[in-house]
Amino acid sequence: MNLVRRFLGFWWSFIVGDDWRIAALVVIGLGLCAAAAHGGLAAWWIPCVVVAAALWLSVWRAARRAPRREGG
Amino acid sequence: MTGGTVGLLAAVFLACAVEAVEATTIVFAIGVTRGWRPALLGTTAGLATLAVIVGALGPALTLLPIGALRLVVGTLLLIFGLGWLRKAVLRAGGLQAHRDEAAAYRGLAEQAGAVARSEGRFDAYGFTISFKGVLLEGLEVAFIVITFGSNQKDGIIPATLAALAAVLVIVGAAASVRGPLSRVPENVIKYGVGVLLTSFGLFWGTEGAGAAWPASDASLLVLIPAVLVCSLAAVAVLRRGRGRPRLAEARAGAGS
Repeated sequence: MNLVRRFLGFWWSFIVGDDWRIAALVVIGLGLCAAAAHGGLAAWWIPCVVVAAALWLSVWRAARRAPRREGG
Repeated sequence: MTGGTVGLLAAVFLACAVEAVEATTIVFAIGVTRGWRPALLGTTAGLATLAVIVGALGPALTLLPIGALRLVVGTLLLIFGLGWLRKAVLRAGGLQAHRDEAAAYRGLAEQAGAVARSEGRFDAYGFTISFKGVLLEGLEVAFIVITFGSNQKDGIIPATLAALAAVLVIVGAAASVRGPLSRVPENVIKYGVGVLLTSFGLFWGTEGAGAAWPASDASLLVLIPAVLVCSLAAVAVLRRGRGRPRLAEARAGAGS
């Protein structure tokens, strides 16, 4: 069980990285894009806006949480 | 050769070069402190494992229909690329320490030298550290090779060759200076790779979701600079934010 948890934890941290909110926003953005595209709307701009927002929000959160330098 | 293929090869080459620099630091630290036999055996085993992963997963992914493939690969690449870009922005903005190969090499060599070894027996410690270093640094490259390569027709082989070319260049350079490559502008390269991964992930993920780009493949020519500008703006805001307290401190110091 511990081994399975460590294995899944490795892949989670490998793909999702330091901020899970980025992954969540990407999935939501592409989902909204798919819904709009299937409704016949021009949807290419939705992921662009969501990606810019995800990057800025994540960086802003990191800046608020870490006034000093993080290691790594 | 299309623009997409050139972008693919550039991203794979740069990502592989930067990861190869980090893996080379580990292998050199082990080779110098514990001997070259376990270091090179660990490297060979790590590279063989990566070859098996690319050889097995690459062709398996291409069996998916192109729409589903682009959605899955685009989503993964976008999440992965934003992770690289976030870290690069935090480094460039002064919130996270830049990676320093010379310091990493010294730390690793000190750690490896402190672990006892038995004379005449196979050095499992040296082997394991080299193997893990090559495998973990190479896994990100394998992921990029598989995702980029599977999205282009017959793309796995050119992507693999671009990765191998980067490894050869970096290993050749490290062998000639006989040490870690601390002068490679790693942080700048990582920033560039983050921009490319995010742009291609955005492009393919959007297409996979069923939306069409206004200028088809040529949209990448706008998308890549747009991602770069968006991230540089975040860096500028971070630097301004960090500059303010120092300015206030300087003024307070001058006033007292």
